[in-house]
Amino acid sequence: MLRRVLLPILAALAGAPVALAQEGDAERGAVLFRQCNSCHVAEPDGPSRTGPNLYGVLGRTAGTLDGVRYSPAIREAGEGGLIWTVETLDGFLQDPRGYIPGSRMSFRGLPDLQDRMDVIAYLTGDAPVVHSSELGRLSPEIFTIEGDVEYGEYLSSECVACHSASGSDEGIPVITGLEPEAFILALHDYRDGHREHQVMTTVTARLTDEEIASLAAYFAELEE
Amino acid sequence: MINRRTFLGTTAALAGTLAAPVVLGQARPRAVVIGGGAGGATAARYIANDSDGMIDVTLIEPTRHYYTCFFSNLYLGGFRTIESLGHSYGTLAADYGINVVHDWATGIDRDARTVALAGGGSVPYDRLIVSPGIDFKEGAVPGWSTAAQNAMPHAYKAGSQTELLRAQLENMREGGTFAMVAPPNPYRCPPGPYERVSMVAHYLSQNNPTARILILDPKESFSKQALFEDGWARHYPGMIERIGPDFGGGNVEVRPDSMEVVVDGQVEAVDVCNVIPAMQAGSILQDAALTESDWATVMPATMQSVMDENIHVLGDSARQGAMPKSGFAANSQAKVAAMAVRHALTDSRLFPARFSNTCWSLITTDDGIKVGATYQAGEDRIEAVDTFVSQLGESDEVRAETYRESLGWYDSITSDMFG
Repeated sequence: MLRRVLLPILAALAGAPVALAQEGDAERGAVLFRQCNSCHVAEPDGPSRTGPNLYGVLGRTAGTLDGVRYSPAIREAGEGGLIWTVETLDGFLQDPRGYIPGSRMSFRGLPDLQDRMDVIAYLTGDAPVVHSSELGRLSPEIFTIEGDVEYGEYLSSECVACHSASGSDEGIPVITGLEPEAFILALHDYRDGHREHQVMTTVTARLTDEEIASLAAYFAELEE
Repeated sequence: MINRRTFLGTTAALAGTLAAPVVLGQARPRAVVIGGGAGGATAARYIANDSDGMIDVTLIEPTRHYYTCFFSNLYLGGFRTIESLGHSYGTLAADYGINVVHDWATGIDRDARTVALAGGGSVPYDRLIVSPGIDFKEGAVPGWSTAAQNAMPHAYKAGSQTELLRAQLENMREGGTFAMVAPPNPYRCPPGPYERVSMVAHYLSQNNPTARILILDPKESFSKQALFEDGWARHYPGMIERIGPDFGGGNVEVRPDSMEVVVDGQVEAVDVCNVIPAMQAGSILQDAALTESDWATVMPATMQSVMDENIHVLGDSARQGAMPKSGFAANSQAKVAAMAVRHALTDSRLFPARFSNTCWSLITTDDGIKVGATYQAGEDRIEAVDTFVSQLGESDEVRAETYRESLGWYDSITSDMFG
């Protein structure tokens, strides 16, 4: 079963073919989820184990399912406004402890974008797909700003001093091949204080919306 | 879909056919880079890559294997092998079409716009990038000279000196004294001497726990001082003593023959002595009259020398304003300079200068700290925009994450330099 977990708005974005090619395969996601099922189930009205039941997690504010012993870090993230969407879950699944330092989830992460989309499709099941752009934190226009790819390439030279251009995720998450919308959301979240990391908060502080769009457009052209 | 590496390889291969629409019928404009370290290798790679073969790039670097100064302290502490710090220039030559010349650049003729080579001959340039790193100031530490660097290593240009210091550490007598003569400001890698002390202490605490470390420091304070001192107190209690300028740390003489240090007239025997002398810009810049009081002043938007608009100076040798002398900073400055050189030679777009820097240091296993900032071009100097630093009392998990981050950074930035 293929399930689209993408926004139509992406079609309007320049340089979006990487994203459009990305669809979640829930059956494949079910197989990948076996790595998670010692701590999580994903069933309608299913129980929570060490970690929360993840069925229909999209749209849920982080750290708010009743009867789950969340880490303080996850609760604080929810109190800070973190809502699970395709984009935020994509970020968390890629690098759990990088995304939420202090999370108790001892899972290394899924470096492959397709794997993450498949797992998200499985967790979503028949529940609604929720994208960050629908939450109103960022106005939809933010995602339609046309990026200047050449300027994005210049700006990206600051990123690749730490984020491997060749796609190695040793210690620092991969940012090539990220969905443009996830990329845009992540940088806005760091800049606006919804996500915290000393380096990222500092480097995004001076980025304009246009510069973020330019970076996203440039990185969308690079393969993972 | 473009994969950056294949894309680069293709453009390098096409370099000949795409050459120089700018000046038809003439040779491609020439960019020459002196020094294949963090600044020079990055600049060469970015010019060659981003100009799509329109600029002829030559990199002059005497050594065939470059050992990074950053992370060399981790080798002293036993966290890295020396081999893991070594990088060669094959990829820059093969995949990027850079003409890598393994020779010493002995002089710059600014009127003729040529660089003289020790092996004879010279290399002409339209734009020159000079990134030679630091040289030590003769006589900065009385009693110490290059002739004494075997008895009292500096280990501040990585490679054989670093291996020598590690060997001396391993052979130090039980309960002996490891002394460090720390440098005055400004110098390469502000946290470097103190990360080194941490790594030496880590080694000694495991192999020679009654040994002591003595820091003789001419500076009142140093980078990430509160974080280092907190780490030393937690991990190496009683092992490290620092003598600052108030107690004679700025009045030090060394006696390499008898392995003694003289602090404010008091003679003390030591077993290993790491002397990190005061520094200045690489001598080729001094010889070409591109320096004033030890360093080469540059314009912040382009890294051009204020003395010569055809020459850009990067990294440790540059007097640029607020950025520390670090490999990260040199790499960052190189990208701005590469963009400016391409603009000058091929009329490519000029973007506003953006710089950044982060310095990670390791105190002990899984206890990493960092300091960093973003920077922009002010009127006549680079100025800081936003800054951050690790906090006292961070959890073990945060510190371990910071260390893991530094490992990822090392791999990424060395690929960014050497391809």
